[in-house]
Amino acid sequence: MNGKIKSYMKKDLLAPGHRACAGCGQVIAARAVINALGKNTIVVGATGCLEVVTTPYPFSAWKVPYIHSLFENAAAVASGIEAALRAQKLDKRINVAVFAGDGGTVDIGFRALSGMFERGDNVLYVCFDNEAYMNTGIQASGSTPWGAWTTTTPVGKFSFGARQAKKNMIAFAVSQGLLYVASTTAGYPLDIKMKVQKALEFYGPKYLHILVPCPVGWGYDSNLTIEVGRLAAQTGHFPVIEVIEGKITKVLKTPAKRPKISSYLKLQKRFAHLFKTKEGKKQIDHLQKMADENIEVIGLCPTCEEHEILTHYESVDNLNIQ
Amino acid sequence: MRELLEGSKAVAKTIAFCRPKVISAYPITPQTHIVEELAQFVAEGKLKAEFVRAESEFGAASIVLGASQRGVRTYTATSSQGLLLMTEVLFNIAGLRLPVVLTCANRALSAPINIWNDWQDALTLRDSGWVMFFGENLQEVVDFHILAYKIAEKLNLPVMVNMDGFLLTHTAEVVEIPEEKLIEKFLGPFKPSLFLDPKNPKTFGFLADPDYYQEFRLALHQDLLEGLKKIVELTQKFNKFFGRNLKLIEGYNLKKAETVFVTMGSLEGTVKTLIDDLKSKKIGLIGIKLFRPFPTKIFAKLINPSIKRLIVLNKAVSLGVEGILTSEIKRAIFGKRIEIKDEILGLGGRDIKREDLIKLI
Amino acid sequence: MAKKKIKNYCDPGSSIEYKTSGWRTFKPVFDRKKCIKCGQCEQVCPEGVCFYNKAKDAYDVDLTYCKGCGLCAKICPAKAIRMEIEEK
Repeated sequence: MNGKIKSYMKKDLLAPGHRACAGCGQVIAARAVINALGKNTIVVGATGCLEVVTTPYPFSAWKVPYIHSLFENAAAVASGIEAALRAQKLDKRINVAVFAGDGGTVDIGFRALSGMFERGDNVLYVCFDNEAYMNTGIQASGSTPWGAWTTTTPVGKFSFGARQAKKNMIAFAVSQGLLYVASTTAGYPLDIKMKVQKALEFYGPKYLHILVPCPVGWGYDSNLTIEVGRLAAQTGHFPVIEVIEGKITKVLKTPAKRPKISSYLKLQKRFAHLFKTKEGKKQIDHLQKMADENIEVIGLCPTCEEHEILTHYESVDNLNIQ
Repeated sequence: MRELLEGSKAVAKTIAFCRPKVISAYPITPQTHIVEELAQFVAEGKLKAEFVRAESEFGAASIVLGASQRGVRTYTATSSQGLLLMTEVLFNIAGLRLPVVLTCANRALSAPINIWNDWQDALTLRDSGWVMFFGENLQEVVDFHILAYKIAEKLNLPVMVNMDGFLLTHTAEVVEIPEEKLIEKFLGPFKPSLFLDPKNPKTFGFLADPDYYQEFRLALHQDLLEGLKKIVELTQKFNKFFGRNLKLIEGYNLKKAETVFVTMGSLEGTVKTLIDDLKSKKIGLIGIKLFRPFPTKIFAKLINPSIKRLIVLNKAVSLGVEGILTSEIKRAIFGKRIEIKDEILGLGGRDIKREDLIKLI
Repeated sequence: MAKKKIKNYCDPGSSIEYKTSGWRTFKPVFDRKKCIKCGQCEQVCPEGVCFYNKAKDAYDVDLTYCKGCGLCAKICPAKAIRMEIEEK
């Protein structure tokens, strides 16, 4: 064995030497989550970037028990582990968590997630959302935002990128009666830790949705991950909120001088095309409108009260696209 | 104690005595009664287990996968479309070497949709790495389930016990289900050395690149081939313990037989009755009860020199080739000069009459 | 064909065997005099190799795994970290 266990490594339950890209938002978030969960945790990983970069045989970065089964069944596998723990009637609780990407949650994994929510299994489900199928080379998922370039929503004479409403998993989880539902981004590692710890206070399914910027897929220099992750929230584009028992308990307020959506978009190559055409600029306006709606309806401005969760419905016909 | 029980209820009672800790299943005809009965046992406290309602068969299989990896005994059951939906997970379970036991109430595959018996569902999964039994009658089905847990936990391989849908699930036979205490003694507690344990953390289901993958798959293949010896041993142990005479392949009236039927499941019973009625020494039967791993040597030993012709009765087709069992038999008798007739019948629950079989002789 | 006994699992934290230092073009240089020990570099490091070095009484990095992403330098409020081209 030629890797030495150094004393600083003891603080983390995710070891270095994994194959994530430099500046990967997903592992920043994963490290924060697993450290907050602690070593008394079993993790179920779905197929995706995180699973692939952390478990190349014979090496694993995980210092907790970890299982990867398939792409779309992590929630069901976690339910099974939970059922086994219930049947074993242990004295001390063992946490069960799912670490899945956006694809494995909002698209192919949705069925299993729905079943887990409905059964009320005591599992913390964490969705690491990099807004596309990154591991397979940047294809669009149900979580890809409006106007984003991906290989399956490319840009051309007849397309400005993704034309779909980003699936609102917070609204879905809240609608299913989950006691703890929250969103955050990799730009706020301490917030991630706090939310995981808060989630563990509740028994039943818990849902945490973390926006994790991806330098390769989103097209920015690796040292901007934290900044991009924070701008997503500060513009109102990706609201950072906490919902307990159906009521909004915490939101990340936007700064008094709120940055425009264009300051977020222009940092990323996947939105660069929007700045080049008249049609593109229309889409930037549309994105700004959605961000403004989030702020107003949810109550993200510094002086407003929190109201309700908002789902954007995209009726593509209404947009007069030539 | 011998009792008259409906097939599904007998299976449910047997499974309950095997004491799985996590059961998860999804309704599909004709398996449903098994799972309903188990749910009732759990509700009444007769079986101390977690009964997890799944949102689909895919979910059910994934749930037992997770529970099994955590180190508890598990059970699921399905048929037909449900088995196909689970396919991805079943391959995964075999690759992860988890000792899951599954009952398949054999039923035809869509399209067109048909809820009656044939073997197409299970045999489509023959390459999945699962051990597969086919029970001829309810007693065998009961016994194979107990044996299944023993084999699964000793060999770290999942086991599928097949029973003909409706023909064995919805009919009643007199069976002897051993006492729970005896089954407990035979199986022993399930104590895997490797499982999801925060005190001994390991990573399962890793990514194996081209430098590593092949060895894992070949090991599974080898363990199935070599596992046959162990399966034979454990079957003998079972027979001794419970006073039975279970066989992995059964020969019937073979001594001077020239024409021999080869088949599986409840059809063996139909053929046996025909042979008894015909009172001819020239007609025999070979019943295959262990389909995977295929007991080639045991089969070859049954082929005595008098046999000139094998009529293989198939309730499943390798579409575009021939009956699936026929291919297996051709391989098993490779080199021997015996005529083989490939007969496909009984698909989608088509009734098989004596006249149909007599015509073939 | 020799039968190899293969391990059907990975050992915890065994990823440390794989040194990712070769990935980087730039490397972070930590100025311990400027360090205010806020710990933000440790939080943002995707590899988890920024840590408080007691001997230096400042934050430091384990260059065995650092991929040179530059997040630590970007976040440091005291500008105590700068990225330098690594001479091979």
